[in-house]
Amino acid sequence: MSEGPRAVVAAHGDLAEGLVSAVFRVAGAAAASRLMPFSNATLGGAELVDALRHAVASTGAQVVFTDLPAGSCTIAARRIARESPGLAVVCGANLPMLLAFAMAPAGGPDTWRLAVEKGRAAMCVAEEGVRGD
Amino acid sequence: MAIEAYRIDDRLVHGQVVVGWGQPLALGFIVLVDDLVADSAWEQELYRMGVPPEMTVHFESVAGALARLPAYRLLPARGLLLTGTTATMRALVEGDRAITRVSVGGLHHRAGRSPKLRYVFLDAAEEADLRAIGARGVEVSAQDVPGADPVPLEDLLTRSGG
Repeated sequence: MSEGPRAVVAAHGDLAEGLVSAVFRVAGAAAASRLMPFSNATLGGAELVDALRHAVASTGAQVVFTDLPAGSCTIAARRIARESPGLAVVCGANLPMLLAFAMAPAGGPDTWRLAVEKGRAAMCVAEEGVRGD
Repeated sequence: MAIEAYRIDDRLVHGQVVVGWGQPLALGFIVLVDDLVADSAWEQELYRMGVPPEMTVHFESVAGALARLPAYRLLPARGLLLTGTTATMRALVEGDRAITRVSVGGLHHRAGRSPKLRYVFLDAAEEADLRAIGARGVEVSAQDVPGADPVPLEDLLTRSGG
């Protein structure tokens, strides 16, 4: 049985929807249902804060994953975190990070901290692409 | 160097400004003009946090900006001036004759605003502000990202599509 979202994924354009869709493809519906995608498209600064605040409140999420540290989603999430003690904001979300978070048996600080480690560790140069002559 | 762009954007500092414009223009600083932000250390920390270390953000009230714009123009780096409202930009244009070009980068949907472009929605007061800026000989256009074609003011005001 689905437990509902435990995090909001807030990003530019369709990125959040795409990331959650990828979690669904990789880990299944139960994992994907733990993440609520949120887009900043068409929203001004104040409207973005209101919409994201509503998303956080309606899900009871304790963490917001965002894409870009300088982005409007991150700034909005930090505004909400200021008024909502216990809400974490994690920047630079990627698929390995979200998979680690969504597939964990429970949410909470230990889970998102571990997910950040997984996401960071997953970034690598898999092939240098340098050709010797 | 100079202030390369004067931008109106209701999101203030965000990805489009820092990355979209910041990288191609090689911006070294942003002058964020907003009376509320200029009076709040927390707001300033919030916006400063997202900016890369090679970029400086200066926070100014309208009065402070008018006093210090000549000095900002003498800085060795390239800069961008940012306001969140048309009214703030109008006040700057009316007090500083060296501003020759203003860009509307983002004024998003909210009650009372009419759609002009995907990223520009205006109410009557904002339209009046932009007309007043244009009437002073300032070139006004809408442009969200560097690769987009600027939309001149008269064209912008006649549009009705979001």
